[in-house]
Amino acid sequence: MSVTSVKTDYANLTLTLIADFDAPIERVWDLWSDPRQLERWWGPPNHPAIFEKYDLAPGGQATYRMAGPDGAMWGAWRIRALDPPTSLEFVNAYADPDGTPDTTMPAFTVTVRLTERDGGTRMEIHERFESREDMERMIDTGTVEGLRQAVGQIDGLIA
Amino acid sequence: MVVGELTEDTVDGLFHALADPTRRDILRRCAADEPSVSRLARAYPMSFAAVQKHVAVLERAGLVTKEPRGREQLVRTDTAAVARARQAFDDLESTWRGRVDRMSALLAPATEPEPKNPSSRGAG
Repeated sequence: MSVTSVKTDYANLTLTLIADFDAPIERVWDLWSDPRQLERWWGPPNHPAIFEKYDLAPGGQATYRMAGPDGAMWGAWRIRALDPPTSLEFVNAYADPDGTPDTTMPAFTVTVRLTERDGGTRMEIHERFESREDMERMIDTGTVEGLRQAVGQIDGLIA
Repeated sequence: MVVGELTEDTVDGLFHALADPTRRDILRRCAADEPSVSRLARAYPMSFAAVQKHVAVLERAGLVTKEPRGREQLVRTDTAAVARARQAFDDLESTWRGRVDRMSALLAPATEPEPKNPSSRGAG
């Protein structure tokens, strides 16, 4: 399988995921840099993302629409840093249809790093909630099933 | 690491709260029990004021609640708040696992990306 490891750091509000692909680095980079390829994997199958604007440059913006059975929603990236084909950093936020980030909704900083490894490509993703409020909002947007097993998980969380 | 870039006002309550081993221990004790601040203070080799400060950090982060009981303050861990933190990350993880699966499908040579049938991707 592709996902090699996932680590969550509750204290730093960061998720780190490492995946290994049996493909050259340029090919993996294309999945990020080509919006037509990006939209085939960014959204889940029931909410495919359509990137309407894609300015992959430092300070540039990308906007996308995710349509689903329960209506559409919009998202926007602001590109913070870029170094093809090895690294990309952006802030991902919910947005208005015109691409204006919705500050009442959660935002995340996503860092992507690609390295050549064993003839393939290793992809390392760091995703960080901008703040605990963002984390809470993500839950409040209703994508989360709810608080099953609230008690009993505490040791796993704070160990 | 990213932590170094965080400025004072973006450093968040939960970050502070969970980053300290004493506070993690307080969370554990106050999940199992509902001790008063003074009883809690006796459990640690530090001053009452120091323990009180740790409790205040946890309270600001929304991880514990304090309830007056006579002249005492009882401290209780808000297990739902702690669980919410966990849930948020579980959600994020499954989002990324889904994305990586779809990326793999796109990268697989001569294989149509078919989300309904992810099982037949045997690696030699």
